[in-house]
Amino acid sequence: MSARLIPPSTELTQPYWDATRREQLVIQQCGDCADRIFPPRARCPNCGSAQLEWQPVSGRGVIYTYTVAHRAPHPVLAEQCPITIAVVELEEGPRMISNVTGCDPTDVEVGMSVQVAFEAIDDSDVVLPVFKPA
Amino acid sequence: MSLRGAAAVVGVAERPPTRYTGEETILELLSGVAVDAVKDAGFSLSDVDGLIVHPIGGLPGFVPATVAEFLGLQPTFAEVVDLGGATGAGMVWRAAAAIVSGQCTSCLCLTGTRRRRRTSRGSAQSDSPRRPRSIQPSYDRSPQAEFDYPYGMIGANVGYAMLATRYTHEYGLTDEQRAKVAVDQRLNANANPAAIFQDQPLSIDDVLASEVICEPLHMLEIVMPAAGAAALLVTAADRVADARQAPAWLLGAGEAVTHSSFAQAPNLDATGVGIAARAAMAQAGVTPGDMGLASLYDCYTIMVLLTLEEAGFCPRGEAGAFVASHDLTFAGDFPINTHGGQLSFGQAGMAGGMSHVTEAVRQIQGRGGDRQIPDLELAYAHGNGGIIAEQCGLVFGADR
Repeated sequence: MSARLIPPSTELTQPYWDATRREQLVIQQCGDCADRIFPPRARCPNCGSAQLEWQPVSGRGVIYTYTVAHRAPHPVLAEQCPITIAVVELEEGPRMISNVTGCDPTDVEVGMSVQVAFEAIDDSDVVLPVFKPA
Repeated sequence: MSLRGAAAVVGVAERPPTRYTGEETILELLSGVAVDAVKDAGFSLSDVDGLIVHPIGGLPGFVPATVAEFLGLQPTFAEVVDLGGATGAGMVWRAAAAIVSGQCTSCLCLTGTRRRRRTSRGSAQSDSPRRPRSIQPSYDRSPQAEFDYPYGMIGANVGYAMLATRYTHEYGLTDEQRAKVAVDQRLNANANPAAIFQDQPLSIDDVLASEVICEPLHMLEIVMPAAGAAALLVTAADRVADARQAPAWLLGAGEAVTHSSFAQAPNLDATGVGIAARAAMAQAGVTPGDMGLASLYDCYTIMVLLTLEEAGFCPRGEAGAFVASHDLTFAGDFPINTHGGQLSFGQAGMAGGMSHVTEAVRQIQGRGGDRQIPDLELAYAHGNGGIIAEQCGLVFGADR
């Protein structure tokens, strides 16, 4: 459990958060051009199709870049600082913002292999995907 | 239709950046610099028939009409530009485009922000919406609120720090090389009476000794929020002769918007910076080597370095060595941000981005004071919004 800003969902994005509660990472895939899509869209950003389906992904990825924030970017994160904030490139292609947990911030490096993990957010029923060293 | 030589900036006014403003409203700040820019050109308010403003916190809409009425204008062209730090630069070519298409003949471009000293409730009041403690329940929001904010990806420090990390990984870059940018720009600010840090010297050791906020960025590589305002008057080629000031001709403009969330940013060799810069220089028919001044958006030291190579001023991957081996001051062999840049001149909201434009214009006009670059013919100004998301490049020339 950790204190965080609670992500607000919409009807479009609810399947993503339903899946994280089952400790599963899902992203959209275009039924027409097979593009893998994140963050969620109403139309495929590659071909415009509305035939988008939620599909599980491997949860494996690499660190594209990261920073260790020594001052909390938001007061709610104060107790978690220094916090490692990263862009993770999923094995399936899309990149997402996340945190790297389960290791010392000094051990994080660009290109490091990571695996998804799940962290419940305080005072909510939301489970947030984060990444730990693979 | 090309914008080349169709319009020129003939009036400039700035309210120098300060940490805070008093009880003035944003309308008072903007109208002050607006009138001053018109007077600077030797024009009168009745000559102004175009108005470009930016979104203003506290005004949910109708911004051009509100500002126009406050100023006593009835423009035939009214526009809002919402490109973050590229807003100021984006205004200037839109003004020229409106002039070229006959919608107006003289257009004011207004930027500014106020900041009030901390109140008894302990929060500094500015025009920016207050950062919510919990994410606003509004249904129509940026996906970043849902997929970025929970991780602490909030504000700009985190994103630019990650940009620096990636750049360093791909090409190599030292803390000292980044600090050199801040130090040379401070030397420029030391020669600019309007700069917020005019009377404070800065060394590389000072930068490196300052607190690391987000690795690898130190506090003195990060802009300090300020208040202020800036206005430009852009007029048609056939009205330039009526102006009291020498014209800064707009010779080319380019723009690019590549993403919103930093996670969706293009790779470092395909940024919108390069797209906008190449388009601007192609329209102007010039090359980076022709420029006598590079006025580059510098919210963070890393942004100057990336812009130098993406805009073509140095080979890819060599920005660190480039800044280390060149004197970036107004008296140097490669002048950058002769006003001090936002790092040392001050970042007054959208007027911070505009400061790169106003400085390029003043230098082209020969009004750079103690920091004037001799015989300047061509200057490049670049605006950058979000986390390297919105880009706008402008080429100015002393001759049409």
